[in-house]
Amino acid sequence: MTPAEIRDEILDILSEIAPDEDLSNLEDAKSFREQMELDSMDFLDIVMELRKRHRVQIPEEEYPRLASMASTVEYLEPKMRDLVKST
Amino acid sequence: MYDTIIIGAGMSGLAAGIRLANYQKQVCILERHTTIGGLNSFYRMHRRNFDVGLHALTNFTPRGTKRGPLAKLLRQLRFRWEDFDLAPQVGSQIAFPGVTLRFSNDAKLLREEIALAFPDQIDRYDRMVAALVDYDDLSQNDFETSARAFLGDHLTDPLLIEMILCPLMWYGNAREDDMDFGQLCIMFRSIFLEGFARPFQGVRLILKHLVRRFRELGGQLKLRSGVSRIEVQGQRVIGVTLEDGTQLEAKRVLSSAGVVETMRLCGASSGNTLPEPGELSFIESISVLDRQPKDLGCDRTIVFYNDSEKFHWKRPRTELCDLRTGVICSPNNYDYGTERGELEDGYIRITTLADHAGWESLSPTDYQVAKLDWYDRSIASAVRFVPDFRRHVIATDVFTPKTIRRFTSHDHGAVYGAPRKRLDGTTHLENLFLCGTDQGFVGIVGAIVSGISIANQHCLRESGG
Repeated sequence: MTPAEIRDEILDILSEIAPDEDLSNLEDAKSFREQMELDSMDFLDIVMELRKRHRVQIPEEEYPRLASMASTVEYLEPKMRDLVKST
Repeated sequence: MYDTIIIGAGMSGLAAGIRLANYQKQVCILERHTTIGGLNSFYRMHRRNFDVGLHALTNFTPRGTKRGPLAKLLRQLRFRWEDFDLAPQVGSQIAFPGVTLRFSNDAKLLREEIALAFPDQIDRYDRMVAALVDYDDLSQNDFETSARAFLGDHLTDPLLIEMILCPLMWYGNAREDDMDFGQLCIMFRSIFLEGFARPFQGVRLILKHLVRRFRELGGQLKLRSGVSRIEVQGQRVIGVTLEDGTQLEAKRVLSSAGVVETMRLCGASSGNTLPEPGELSFIESISVLDRQPKDLGCDRTIVFYNDSEKFHWKRPRTELCDLRTGVICSPNNYDYGTERGELEDGYIRITTLADHAGWESLSPTDYQVAKLDWYDRSIASAVRFVPDFRRHVIATDVFTPKTIRRFTSHDHGAVYGAPRKRLDGTTHLENLFLCGTDQGFVGIVGAIVSGISIANQHCLRESGG
């Protein structure tokens, strides 16, 4: 998956986890928590969804890498580059 | 081999099950009873539907609210706010002799009432609320410090302290006399700062959604499947044995049966090894009326009453029930709106503190007589605080601590569990966990959040499958 595709996938996951949040103006450089009402349970779900959908494993000590869209895409790129985006 | 076996198909067990099944864990929920719901179940009698525990869903917040336990559980279980069809309360009150404090889902009402009745306390009340709101219920610091001491630090009128404690203990405190400070904060927010609501169809709507979602996600639910033993090897659980002898293996077990009940299933014998069980149980006297309660002047959603200046919260020890205090609930008095209309019948439910030991010790005949007797006495006590509806009663039902114990298997028919909570859900065994009233969160929303939290903490985050 390309970084753009990874970004789309994260948006898709966020819209499932937090359907009441407006994601249209999400700023990639800012942390998710600054822009949305997300707590540790929601972050756990981001991790769980990535595992469920793509078998991506994220060790607990690396959860902080998922702080913003930019950092998340950067972190996931090597793990997801060989995956094919499902239609 | 299951990833997780969950003991109990009440609110906490079902919620935990949904979380695990959603992430493709092999989950089996085992329920002893013939139906789901546990302390918040439902039944049908003479063609009418009754809820077991539900007076109100606490922690009610309106659609679109992003914070708070209700919003959290909806997100975590992937439900929409509309799914639970919640109608807000009309309004409730705390009724002591000579003073009544009304409250509603708008926290301003209670504040105004306190400003009127206790003008010299209002600034103190504001500071107290600010301190409560700041309490972090995830960090669990100071959970077990004294609620009475905290209230005493802020308020100087003992009557106001008693009036505030009354609903918070009723909804619910597992300890006698005093309350955990952490529980005070949680209950204060859920009752006074958030509020009450009820689905038009009652608790069965919520349970229907939970069970349907659980099954859709591939979870297995086995009713009439009581656990007789949790099988232990060293420091680990390896599975369970059912009452019919069936053996099931699991990587972990999550029990909502209660801490003492769970320890017993592991083979811990009574004496120094078992924790203190819960002591607080109730009778509930349900009256069906021939008209809407509000037509008789019973227009409050919930009335918490107490017949003296001091509120007593203990298991009765000299009589089967303690009539000095009670909860008077009318499920009719919610804003169901014109589309849903009114409940077909009028209902008034009265909850009274009861001595589980006394009720259990009665012979079958004495038990039936006592139910009738204490129904009469509970109503007589309650109609000092609400209009007398007795001429309009067309049907009644009473359940007791014995009923509660029979259908939930909780020791002593305890409604709020054991006094000491296991906030992190752990036990002496590395893969056995607790959720539900003994983990610490009570009520419908509390129990659901408990199941979600413990499932998240202990049954989802691990390496591998």
